[in-house]
Amino acid sequence: MHEVSVTVNGVLRSATVPARRLLSDFLRHDLGCTGTHVGCEHGVCGACTVLLDGEPVRSCLLFAVSVDGAQLTTVEGCRAPDGGLGPVQRAFHECHGLQCGYCTPGFITTVTAYLRDHPDPTEEQAREAIGGNLCRCTGYQNIVASVLRAAAIQRGEA
Amino acid sequence: MKPPAFTYHRPASVADALAVLAETGPDGKVLAGGQSLVPVLNMRLAAPGHLVDINRLGELAHVTVDAGVVRVGALARHAAVERDAAAFAALPLLRQATGHVAHPAIRNRGTTVGSLVHADPAAELPAVLSLLSGSVTLASASGRRTVPAGEFFVGPLESALRPGELAVEALFPVPPKGSGTAWLEVSRRRGDFAVCGVGVLVTLSADRRVAAARAAYVSVGPTPLTVDLAEAVAGLPADTADWAAAGALAAARVRPEDDIHATAAYRRHLVAVLTARAGKAAVANA
Ligand SMILES: Cc1cc2nc3c(=O)[nH]c(=O)nc-3n(C[C@H](O)[C@H](O)[C@H](O)COP(=O)(O)OP(=O)(O)OC[C@H]3O[C@@H](n4cnc5c(N)ncnc54)[C@H](O)[C@@H]3O)c2cc1C
Ligand code: FES
Ligand code: FES
Repeated sequence: MHEVSVTVNGVLRSATVPARRLLSDFLRHDLGCTGTHVGCEHGVCGACTVLLDGEPVRSCLLFAVSVDGAQLTTVEGCRAPDGGLGPVQRAFHECHGLQCGYCTPGFITTVTAYLRDHPDPTEEQAREAIGGNLCRCTGYQNIVASVLRAAAIQRGEA
Repeated sequence: MKPPAFTYHRPASVADALAVLAETGPDGKVLAGGQSLVPVLNMRLAAPGHLVDINRLGELAHVTVDAGVVRVGALARHAAVERDAAAFAALPLLRQATGHVAHPAIRNRGTTVGSLVHADPAAELPAVLSLLSGSVTLASASGRRTVPAGEFFVGPLESALRPGELAVEALFPVPPKGSGTAWLEVSRRRGDFAVCGVGVLVTLSADRRVAAARAAYVSVGPTPLTVDLAEAVAGLPADTADWAAAGALAAARVRPEDDIHATAAYRRHLVAVLTARAGKAAVANA
């Protein structure tokens, strides 16, 4: 067993887990952060995407023990400082960028990191940004609209 | 879909990693980005007894350009290689091809060297290493050896790496002055493995005639396949050379197979079309 400590959304959390514990299960089962969803467990769907030291990664393809000491941001950390919806969450809400919501945590984290680096994407770039995330409900149109809306909100054009 | 149990090792230096790998032998596997290994474990296609995590070996995270070679360390992530301005200036093909490897979230963790060792016939970097006649340096407790691309890719998902060895670095030679490269591929979605992919390297003489032209292919054979296109285009003025003939030449050489993604005939067609386009693009980039 290994003692693993990570900072999740600004809070230091630890648990003792076997080496085989995936980061996705560590977050959900050991730390109770169930916002991160698990779809395929082989890197294809993107539902489990979290930010590791600020960059999007698949939490189902990492062992918790391997990222001991890291800073993680999950969908729970994409909220506004007052606890309300963050800009990307607000945009998905306004544009109906989700239906069942299963894929949404992966989109929110991916888009949050993308817009930090590309604050003013074109529609084509917005599509490219979400190319690694699968959604079985929405048909993506409203997700693309949400990315563009989130960018506008963040630029202060709310 | 959970990985089998294993003993975890996190060496603090390359020397420590080599000692653990020597001890665990065939039961030990290197864990680099995990972007190929963890899916394999989750799907229970392998069950190594020991994983040797190299993610803390900062000494292997380098991307350096010196003496006509781009050296990529075992811990350099795809994203770092793609971003590296000096590597791009020396060898644009690295960025051209790496941009087609999976999605950004996977490139943030997966490594270039891990991709070479994994030796997936659908992967871009093995074809790039083959096209440039590069090599991989392997270290073990008993010494080092450098294996040229032509001997490194042994079969599908099989490289020349032996038990107890750590791939420490890949060497991508910079082509001569007057060269241009291009990478083109067709996949179902951007970021998916290619149905067919091609990299072309052309070298032009001072009067812009084709001095040399080679191509490398992914997803049309068990290992990266390189084809010399000189027969079709050498000596011709680069801008009017018959790149369609080069495509036809390559299509006759490849040995694609049918699978659930595409028929062999479609893949052969893509080889012809993509070679012709990539040849022209490489000339434009020279
Ligand atoms: C959804 C998805 C899509 C993908 N699409 C593509 C694609 O389009 N093109 C593509 O090329 N790749 C693709 N990949 C694979 C990705 O590029 C991997 O990052 C890469 O193949 C392996 O690198 P890694 O560092 O993650 O290696 P790991 O997964 O850590 O290791 C892979 C294998 O190599 C061995 N190994 C790794 N590094 C070393 C080393 N330094 N010394 C000795 N042995 C080592 C490991 O033991 C293991 O057997 C995709 C992956 C996923 C999950
Ligand atoms: S659950 Fe991780 S990518 Fe699907
Ligand atoms: S909203 Fe249901 S999968 Fe995307």
